[in-house]
Amino acid sequence: MFTQFFYTLKAYKVPVSLTEWLAMLQAMEKGFAGNNLLSFYYLARSLLVKSENFYDQYDLAFREFFTGLEVPEELFDELLKWLSEETLKRHRDSVDLSSLPQHDWETLKKMFEDKLKEQKERHNGGANWIGTGGTSPYGHSGVHPGGIRVGGESNNLSAVKIATARKFRQYRKDVTLDVRQMKVAMKKLRHLRRSGNLLELDIDESIDQTCRNAGEIELVYHPERKNDVKMLLLMDAGGSMLPYAQMVNRLFSAANSVNHFKKFRYYYFHNCIYDHLNAGMEYGERVSTAQLLKNLNSSYKVVIVGDASMAPYELFMENGIIDYYDRNETAGIVWLERIANHFRNVVWLNPNPPRYWQHPTVSAIANLFPMYQLSLEGLESAMVELTRKAH
Amino acid sequence: MQNFEQYCGTGDYIASRALQNDVNVAIALGRPLLIKGEPGTGKTLLASSISEGLETDLLVWTIKSTTKAQDGLYIYDTVQRLNDARFGDHDISDIKHYIKHGKLGQAFTSPKRVVLLIDEIDKADIEFPNDLLTELDEMKFYIPETAETVSARHRPVIIITSNAEKELPDAFLRRCVFHYIQFPDAAFMNDIVKVHFPNLEEKIMKEAVEAFFSLRELDNLRKKPSTSELIDWIKVLVASGTRPKDIGRELPFLGALLKNEQDYHQVANGETDTRSIRRPSFLR
Repeated sequence: MFTQFFYTLKAYKVPVSLTEWLAMLQAMEKGFAGNNLLSFYYLARSLLVKSENFYDQYDLAFREFFTGLEVPEELFDELLKWLSEETLKRHRDSVDLSSLPQHDWETLKKMFEDKLKEQKERHNGGANWIGTGGTSPYGHSGVHPGGIRVGGESNNLSAVKIATARKFRQYRKDVTLDVRQMKVAMKKLRHLRRSGNLLELDIDESIDQTCRNAGEIELVYHPERKNDVKMLLLMDAGGSMLPYAQMVNRLFSAANSVNHFKKFRYYYFHNCIYDHLNAGMEYGERVSTAQLLKNLNSSYKVVIVGDASMAPYELFMENGIIDYYDRNETAGIVWLERIANHFRNVVWLNPNPPRYWQHPTVSAIANLFPMYQLSLEGLESAMVELTRKAH
Repeated sequence: MQNFEQYCGTGDYIASRALQNDVNVAIALGRPLLIKGEPGTGKTLLASSISEGLETDLLVWTIKSTTKAQDGLYIYDTVQRLNDARFGDHDISDIKHYIKHGKLGQAFTSPKRVVLLIDEIDKADIEFPNDLLTELDEMKFYIPETAETVSARHRPVIIITSNAEKELPDAFLRRCVFHYIQFPDAAFMNDIVKVHFPNLEEKIMKEAVEAFFSLRELDNLRKKPSTSELIDWIKVLVASGTRPKDIGRELPFLGALLKNEQDYHQVANGETDTRSIRRPSFLR
């Protein structure tokens, strides 16, 4: 009967599978949801949503599906008189929710108005009239799963209140991006190889050697597996990147503290990469880009972070460099091409969302490197791209 | 119908309504309960509270980066057998002597229902959860060496904790009941503190909890203090006999709350009055 809820969840991009849905129906059949919407809220969440990243979408879907619909103002006061008093005794145990008729909003509203015309007195309990308790779809504190709520601090509807509070907003995957999440994403980058000290017992080899030794036990050890990935991080420290400084910083500290890279090098540039790269964020010590390409072999995984938007001459012209006292004999785009050709895996992370990527320099750069947004999802896809074997 | 509301928190562990619900769902459906949440919100303690609530034993399987799924089922001690064979002083014809059950194996063979805590599952290799899929689903495993199938006499209540260091595979998640322990709000935190310090002076509690939450509000802290750190802090405050009015003003024993060096210096060298921490000037 809640099948529509399944699709509402899907519509809010909560990844629900059919198995999980069936498990939830099974649980409801066993009566685990009680007869109360709050229990149902928790039950469905624990069985259908498997990451706090989707709690917020779940809340939104729940709110849409279960919110008590509004009642016209003039009817309200009248109704409240009937509904306000009375200790509420719900006939929960005797109610089978699934047997109750379901109505869409239009029909429900019509029926509600008709009922209101017919009804001449207060009514509590029962399955027909507007009142408290009971299973009619109107009134409050009742247990009809999709009805009109009229005032009241209903227990059942507090679930919708909880959903409406959207406490889990900050857990949404597309919103937050902290160091830890970046690390998790970067952990996808790994290529294990045996190296270092002999620490693990090599059972196959031990048995083999022992047999060759006519039963005299011979233990053979081999090194542990370690990550073999080398990483080069190039970051734009230009003026237009200032708003994203914190995010780039986080990316840097994530990459720096994921201590599982075999080697990690990082440099800064302003707007575009030219003959030199800076070792720090400010001007100062710098290295020659050509030298760097010579020193680093093509197996380095390269991540370039920048908004890629600049004046076209900065990218396409010689001496287009933005720094007044500096000159570049080779156009920026040529340097970028060299980088793209030298390394097997390069990605470009852009802090701007894709809707801004129509800009001429951005699209020129996106032609050279696979470009992703600097968001958790973008970072994850970028890491997948980096682990791809070059053909 | 079996009794659904089996677990409702214990004397020294307060579970929120949502958590109780999810624990009971997991018990009733016989599915593992996956617990996530900020460090220090009592993920690991939950399992011992459940075992206490259900009056049964607790088995703890602590996962390390080197743990393999097989370790939880059984280990066939080949080296021992090889060794025994060499010296000929043991009966080596029965392989069973060299099969040692891991924690999961012990939970399956236990004569009564137990609670099994698989702690920090995300520490292990990325493939680890996948290797346990069928075992957790059907609650049985096969030992090829002895041609035996070990199946659970009583489905254990399995609690799995994760710090989200690694994403868990979807197939694994589908089989779990999931709960994210939300950080407690001030009122709930008061209840938790009361459970740990039933005789605590009202004033100390109020000041300490207030100072704690205002510290948490600083959004440039690298590691926000958690419940377990608050409990430690109050323990120190009580032991040292700090006057309640000094707590918020001086933040004594800050090291019990802030474990990151930079955080510590930032707060200790900044304005130490927590009431002024709320002022934006501190956040410059």
